[in-house]
Amino acid sequence: MTRPDHDAPTSPTGQAGPIIEVTNLVRDYGGLGRKSRRVRAVDHISFGIQPGEAVGYIGANGAGKSTTIKLLMGILRPTAGQVRTCGLDPMRRRIDVARQVGVVFGQRSQLWWDLPLRESFTILAAIHRLDPAAARDRTARLVDELEMGGQLATPVRSLSLGQRMRAEIAAALLHSPRLLVLDEPTIGLDVLSKQRLREFLVEERRERGTTLLLTTHDMGDVERLCSRVLVVDHGRLAYDGTLPGLAATVGAERLLVIDLAEPTRPLQDVPGARLVAVESDGLRQRLAFDGARTTAAAVLTEVSRRATIRDLAVEEPDIEDVVRRIYASSAGQR
Amino acid sequence: MADFTPYRVVLRSRMRAQLQYRTSFVTDVVGTLGVGLTELAEVLVIFHNVDVLGGLDFSAALLVFALSNVCFSVADMLVGHLDQLPTYIRAGTIDAFYVRPLPLLAQFMASDISLRRIGRLSVALGALGVALSIGDIAWSAATVAIIVLTLVSGTAIFAALFTAAGGLQFYVVDGAELTNAFTYGGAYAAQQPQRVFPDLLRIFWTFVVPTAFIAYLPAVAILDLPGDHLAPSWLAWFTPLAAVLAWLLAAGCWRAGTRHYQGAGG
Ligand SMILES: Nc1ncnc2c1ncn2[C@@H]1O[C@H](COP(=O)(O)OP(=O)(O)OP(=O)(O)O)[C@@H](O)[C@H]1O
Ligand SMILES: [Mg+2]
Repeated sequence: MTRPDHDAPTSPTGQAGPIIEVTNLVRDYGGLGRKSRRVRAVDHISFGIQPGEAVGYIGANGAGKSTTIKLLMGILRPTAGQVRTCGLDPMRRRIDVARQVGVVFGQRSQLWWDLPLRESFTILAAIHRLDPAAARDRTARLVDELEMGGQLATPVRSLSLGQRMRAEIAAALLHSPRLLVLDEPTIGLDVLSKQRLREFLVEERRERGTTLLLTTHDMGDVERLCSRVLVVDHGRLAYDGTLPGLAATVGAERLLVIDLAEPTRPLQDVPGARLVAVESDGLRQRLAFDGARTTAAAVLTEVSRRATIRDLAVEEPDIEDVVRRIYASSAGQR
Repeated sequence: MADFTPYRVVLRSRMRAQLQYRTSFVTDVVGTLGVGLTELAEVLVIFHNVDVLGGLDFSAALLVFALSNVCFSVADMLVGHLDQLPTYIRAGTIDAFYVRPLPLLAQFMASDISLRRIGRLSVALGALGVALSIGDIAWSAATVAIIVLTLVSGTAIFAALFTAAGGLQFYVVDGAELTNAFTYGGAYAAQQPQRVFPDLLRIFWTFVVPTAFIAYLPAVAILDLPGDHLAPSWLAWFTPLAAVLAWLLAAGCWRAGTRHYQGAGG
């Protein structure tokens, strides 16, 4: 398992207080017309994000992630509760919020479809009133780091999905925002593109200390980029904490893969552990254990009483499995 | 000090994009030229059969037609693309406007410019030239002032109609017909001699949706016609006021609409 980027730098702007603060936020859709049913997309959510944090906002389809982001940006008006983005009420101060935040909606483009990519950057630089020389430098750097030099003359509509997504992220970062909000930035990307994008974001955050809020269905994004996760489920906040903590909460098991010196009978009787698989006539055995109840060392001691251990590996819980358990358990409550 | 650089840059790129495809641009211009000529032909046909319509003779009716068409063409060129809003709203692409640090309406207005409408505008300008030269006009500073005020305010009134209609689109996303009734209906009403309408309708087109101020009332003043109880010739001087009021209404509609935006999923 890859280590998340824990060394979150402090805010370069020195502005005190949380960069996002959401209190008892509620948002309903519909319900005005007689035909439409009222849907509660966000249901009394509260959380705060400090400058420099990197937070993964995860949840099943329709959980309310995109809605939350639109509320943060002043696109939608809250039904109830409070939102503060960069210390401001986004409904009243939308423009001031937009100046300090970069947003990417992975599902739809914010670039100028029919124009060469270069032109989108020029227009955005003007919209953010960047100094032309500074804008040129910043564009050149982003283009270089995201390896988009070859596409500058290509109309946006002809870019591949991976190219377009990198362009969207460059566009969102052009004005050097304090906060970067990415709504499914890796949707539809291949493994290599995802990896390059993640590497870029890690680097960008290391350099500038940009706060990151990211929604995704790809746990790899969260593992690589985020030190904290928020799990939403049916509009409610189901978890707020670290990724390992999330696994512990749902009692996800860790896995010991043990290679033995010689073929051994199935190790079914190890206290605190559960035999998952036996391979190669018992030369390799997989034991699952709950990290909250016992330790890898205790399990190993028991195993070594029964056989000679040649090699071993510990596998962390599969985070997708963890999230699946959260969704499943809350679905059961309904 | 307001700095219009962002709008200039966006507009310039839009114009370049439109002029990039020469042939399609030229066909588009020819198309709007055709629309303008058709509308003009209607007036010509009517006056081939009658001498006076709603108290206006041919040159007066032509002046009404020309003033309203110049104003409408310019407004349509500048902000006519506001009628594309339902597409943006349904597709959610309007979200992009919300995350940029400029006023939504200004962004929308600058987001496009329909240069092809220059075809219709040239018909209207031609008609205006003819109407002003054949009309029986006692030229004075006041006449010139009324013409200038009318062209500016009339364009503003039409732009306000487009904007108000845009604001309503947020409430009735499938209501393009309804809002078109506003804008194109207003354009139709503006180019009629008002006396063809019953009083109730005239009051509506004067004091509710003030399109009578765009052409009919100014024409009465410019040609120094007798006017009547609903169109005294001094009322033409209130055209700028009508534009201001139309804009207050439009800004209210727009603001309410953008704050009512319901999102588009995703
Ligand atoms: N414009 C809208 N009108 C009506 N209902 C909506 C609208 N947008 C979202 N919803 C509903 O609100 C709920 C939350 O939607 P939202 O888009 O916030 O979910 P999400 O977590 O982003 O999901 P996904 O992972 O699929 O992107 C869903 O039930 C959705 O159907
Ligand atoms: Mg979403």
